Parts: sequence; C-alpha cells; structure tokens
Amino acid sequence: MSIFFYIFAAITVLAALNMVLQRTPVYSALSLIVVLCSLAGVYLQLGAEFMAVIQVIVYAGAIMVLFVFVIMLLNAGHETPSHRSHIAKWLGAPLIGAFLAMMLMVIRDQFPATTGAAPAHLDGSPLAIGHLLFGNYVLPFEVTSVLILVAVLGAVVLAKKEF
Amino acid sequence: MVTFSDMTVLVIIAGVKVALVLLVLLTGVAYTTWLERKVVAHIQSRWGPYLVGPHGLLQPLADGIKFILKEDIMPLEADKIIYWLAPFLGFVLAFLSIAVIPFGEGFTLYGHPILFQITDLNVGLLFIFAVTSLGVYSIALAGWSSNSKYPLFGGLRSSAQMISYELSLGLAVIGTLMMSGTLSLRGIVNAQAGFWHIAGFNTWMPHWYIFVQPIGFFVYFTAAIAETNRVPFDLPEGETELVGGFHTEYSSMKFAMFFMSEYTNMITVSCLATILFFGGWHGPVFGPTIVRIFLPVFWFCLKVFCFMFFYIWMRGTLPRFRYDQLMSLGWKFLLPVALANILVTSFLIAWHG
Repeated sequence: MSIFFYIFAAITVLAALNMVLQRTPVYSALSLIVVLCSLAGVYLQLGAEFMAVIQVIVYAGAIMVLFVFVIMLLNAGHETPSHRSHIAKWLGAPLIGAFLAMMLMVIRDQFPATTGAAPAHLDGSPLAIGHLLFGNYVLPFEVTSVLILVAVLGAVVLAKKEF
Repeated sequence: MVTFSDMTVLVIIAGVKVALVLLVLLTGVAYTTWLERKVVAHIQSRWGPYLVGPHGLLQPLADGIKFILKEDIMPLEADKIIYWLAPFLGFVLAFLSIAVIPFGEGFTLYGHPILFQITDLNVGLLFIFAVTSLGVYSIALAGWSSNSKYPLFGGLRSSAQMISYELSLGLAVIGTLMMSGTLSLRGIVNAQAGFWHIAGFNTWMPHWYIFVQPIGFFVYFTAAIAETNRVPFDLPEGETELVGGFHTEYSSMKFAMFFMSEYTNMITVSCLATILFFGGWHGPVFGPTIVRIFLPVFWFCLKVFCFMFFYIWMRGTLPRFRYDQLMSLGWKFLLPVALANILVTSFLIAWHG
C-alpha cells in the first residue's frame, strides 16, 4: 500500500521541481498537470475517491486547460533568464529553508507519530462531503460562490467596456 | 486439486477481465470503422469496401497493416516530446474510461463472484468525466506541438468546444443522478430494474430514465457528440477549412491512434448513454442459467450498437455547423435547458418525497 504512496509522492515532487526549473511555459504547465494528477493518486490512497476525481476534473481538466490554452494562443517561447537582484540571490535559499522548517514543525505538531494509515473515522464519500459542505460549512460555501459570481461579473464588465 | 490464495484469484480474474475487455473493445473499434464506411456508403447509394474479404469484412485488418507499414513523418519544427506524447495520451485516456463501465450483472464461479465490469468505483461516473476532461490535452497538444497553422487552429477550436460542451454534458446527467441517488454506474443501472408504476398500476414500461428524463438525454447526447468531435460538430477536423485539423501533421500509427481514440470515445459515450438513460443491461431475460447470465450482456451491446449506428446515421445525414452556431448552441441553448431540467427534476423529486 505505502509503496504506491512513495511512487506518487516521488512523481509529485519531481514534476513540481520540473515545473519551476523548466524554461518552456508549455512544459511547466504540463508538469503542473502531472503534479495535480499524482496528488489525486495520493488522495485515492487515503480513501477519498470523490476528492481525487474532483481534483482531476476541476484542476487538471478545467483550470489547467485554460492555462495551456493561453500559452498556446500567445505561442510563448523560451523564457529568457533575467538578472536576479542581489537580495533575491542571497536571501532566497535561506528563506526557503526557513519556510520548509516551519512547515515541517507545524505538520509534526498537528499529526504526532501517525502510522501513515488512513484515518478510519473519515468518510470520503460524496454523501458525507455533501452533508459537510451544505451543513457545517454552508456559509463559507455560499460566500465562495458569491465571490466567484463577482469575479465572473467583473470579467464580463471588463470585456464589455469596448462596446 | 490446486488451491490459490484469494489475492492470486483476484489478480487472475482482474487480468482475464482486462484482457477480454481490451480484446472486445479493440475489435469493436476496428469494426466500427468498417460499419461506418458501409453505412455511409449505403446512405450515399454506394457499395463501400467490398474487396477485402466477404463484404469487405477484413478491411479493418488491411487498414491496420497499412497504418503500420506507412512511413512515420514528423515535421522538422515540431516539439518532439509533446508531438510523441499527444497521440499516446489520447489513446490511453480513451481506453481508461472503459474500466468502470458495467456490461452485465455477473455470476459466481467456484464461489468467486465475477462482475461484468473491470472495477466498480463508487464515483464511476465522475471518473469517466475526469478522464474525458483530460482527453482535451491530447488534441490541444497535438495541434500545438505540430508547429503548423492548421493543426493549431484545429487544436484551439477543439479545446474551446470540449470545454464548452463538458458543462452541458455534466449538467445533463444530474437529473438522472438525483433520481438514482448514486454515482456508481452499477448502482444507476440497478436503480432502473423493473417497470414504471403509476399510482400502483403497472404500466409495463421499463423503468428506464429516458421516459422521465428525455430532455436530459437530449442534452447529454448532443453534448456527447460535440465532445467526441463528430458530425455535425466535427469542426476541429473540418476538412474544407482546416485540412485535417489537429492531426494534419500526423501520419502512420500515430494518426491511427487518434483515430482509434476517437472511436473508443464514441463507444464510451454510447455505453454511458445506455447506462444512464436506457437501463444498461436490463431487458427480457429467460431460458437456462447460462443464457440468463449472458443475455443481459447481449442487451447492453445491442443498445450500444444502436447508439453507434445513430452516430453514423447522423454523419451521413447532417451538414456541419458553423463555429459561432456551435458556440451559441452550447452556451445559449443546451446549458440553460440542462439547468432548467435540473430545477424541474429537483422540484418534482421534492414534491413526491
């Protein structure tokens, strides 16, 4: 069971690295798609089939299509390396290290010495998620939907300005 | 007497099932091309393929050999990795979605239950939608990586088309899902067993969702045709405008892979239409046990075949849409109709309890 976790985790990390280090925008976008799909694989092992499938549909299947679409339309070529500022050069690595250390500490405090097995009391079925979403978390859910509506209206207003 | 552990038995059953489904599917895809050429030919008062084998029945085999032997040409300026990746991606994704399709009820062999389905995922329907939504990349990337004008246009067109129609496709089936109360395809089929009863009176009409969700079915199938890039929505490969669309620069086996994934997607979409609206494998079952086991599979295949025939019939009959007509049909007609269908269905379900 855990061998699959290590495979998916390795793919996720490698693809994420490739996304950042890649100079061609299309390759970066594709690496991000691989990251999202292999994360869905990790969700599957936690028994969260619904989350995994939704992750693929929403992020890899819808949002990333738009990314790739824009990159294709702009026909963006190779990225030209810019001369980074001295501050970024000297502070970048230590800051990343500090951030990682903080994250690790928080995770260690949150989940002390777990065995790596999926928590048995969590139900990842659509029914359970639906009850949570429209029961306990109905306010955040509705606020998010209003936020998205506002963004859509804003986009329409901006696009319609010329007419 | 050889005894196997449960795990070995599971692996063997799964392996046999995967091999069998792949074999049937590949044969089905091959003979769909034959059927398409034959039916379209007869619609146009021609004979169609007639030379290779009786009634041209060996034509798919000849086509396959031809594809393998053709020279594989790659454009000089193409993005090599993505150019290679695109057809394989489309092929794999097209075949992946068949894994959750239930073909029949199943039976018990020496105490091991064997389902006519590779795996029964409890979010089977969403799995298929996820896989199809990834299928866009195959076409978009093929168009982009060829580094040529017409494929790029074809790729852009098809990604815009597939994103637009995915919405209607997803919304059209929600009525069915609300009535069956499950996302498992097996569960949806099981919910359609028996007959419709109106106020305790048996109407002898099969309990299929097409009778209560005709609008949902109409929206689903229209969107599905657009999603599989078929006539009358085959703008991504409109020959008169785009040469061959996204696969213009592809030749040999890589072209054949696009071809095969398109036909596999047609089969998947037809299977889904059968499962969601036409009662899956349900039909009159009679006779001895062995017939009782395999008759449902026959009904399922017959229903899928009817849809495939309908696809081909439409190709022989309808002209191609214009691009703006396609977009306004998707966004201004199908989407509102699908939403209204959800609204009405949920009201009726709430009314009847």
